[in-house]
Amino acid sequence: MDTEIFLKSERCKGCGICVAFCPKKVLQLDTLGHCSVVRPDDCIACGQCELRCPDYAIFVDKKVYA
Amino acid sequence: MQERTYEKYFRQNRLPHIWCPGCGNGTVMKAIVEAVEKRKLPRDKTVIVSGIGCSSRASGYMDFDTLHTAHGRAIPFATGIKLANPELNVIVITGDGDCTAIGGNHFIHGARRNIDLTVVLFNNAIYGMTGGQASPMTPLHKKATTAPYGSVDRPFDACQLASAAGASYVARSTAFHVQHLTDMIAEGISVEGFSFIEAVVQCPTAYGRKNKMPEPAQMMAWLRDHAVLQKAWDKLPEEKRSDKFPIGVFLKRQFEEYTKAYAEVIASAQGGKK
Ligand SMILES: Cc1ncc(C[n+]2csc(CCOP(=O)(O)OP(=O)(O)O)c2C)c(N)n1
Ligand code: SF4
Ligand code: SF4
Ligand code: SF4
Repeated sequence: MDTEIFLKSERCKGCGICVAFCPKKVLQLDTLGHCSVVRPDDCIACGQCELRCPDYAIFVDKKVYA
Repeated sequence: MQERTYEKYFRQNRLPHIWCPGCGNGTVMKAIVEAVEKRKLPRDKTVIVSGIGCSSRASGYMDFDTLHTAHGRAIPFATGIKLANPELNVIVITGDGDCTAIGGNHFIHGARRNIDLTVVLFNNAIYGMTGGQASPMTPLHKKATTAPYGSVDRPFDACQLASAAGASYVARSTAFHVQHLTDMIAEGISVEGFSFIEAVVQCPTAYGRKNKMPEPAQMMAWLRDHAVLQKAWDKLPEEKRSDKFPIGVFLKRQFEEYTKAYAEVIASAQGGKK
């Protein structure tokens, strides 16, 4: 599905909630312990990550083509 | 990216907030501003009042007129604000220690008076800020720094307490049930009278680490698996309830609101003087 995932990394504390609740294993913590997008093409835009991030650091939009 | 509309309710220069990685407080704070938006409360007519504790730090991040008061005293400050200007929407943010230990009397008397406040209790079942001492809402047998063998004190059910004391609206939700939580708060805002919403939150640092749930996601899964919607709860046999708890609206009733009753007294006293 065509989705876009945005990170405000300066807000991310690496709690791993988004990683744990993503049903498609799209997200992972990187070596510095921040959320990173590892399988963007698998994202189904379910919004679980955005809904549950307690730090408002991850956002998911459906892609809009101009 | 389209900026989310709730961001305008935050003091951007104060974020990221101070809470630990995975702390549920951030989720509840967002649910409150989403409820404010849902109810279209004007920002200059909305006041946020908090006590002391991790949870009470929320007022510092919210772009309204805010008051960060003394431990346990958020409800008395809020009562003063509401009485001085009943037009204001007053939202109180408090913790389980703040509300039911040091502020326990203020809490029940706020409910008894039925003053039009919306009180959101962030229940992490522990004193987070001071390092994990047991609160009056620490569940039986759960560990805290002051209860290393598990708590033997029976906990308060703050929802039952608010109901018995006279509140107009009483509800519970959790930091896992984000949309439900927002709805519970939004409904509380629209009720005229004392509204009380208990938001059960994960505190991985002070509570989780002591109770074999150090991972935030693990605590959230626990909330998901142990909270039961009121309707299902009513049908759940006693033996299956054990460590589960109900969420939803427990009480909604109408009773004369305090500032209205007070205005009548003022009117008749002033009328009598002439
Ligand atoms: C009069 C007074 N007594 C004690 C304290 C110390 N103190 C600060 S926060 C706190 C408890 C906080 O627990 P809770 O209300 O549950 O909030 P949390 O930090 O868990 O969100 C205590 C005892 C204080 N600040 N003021
Ligand atoms: S839930 Fe938010 S803060 Fe936690 S790791 Fe994911 S993006 Fe970072
Ligand atoms: S929107 Fe859903 S599928 Fe996409 S990254 Fe977030 S949780 Fe995973
Ligand atoms: S101690 Fe607990 S309640 Fe306080 S910020 Fe950390 S996780 Fe949150």
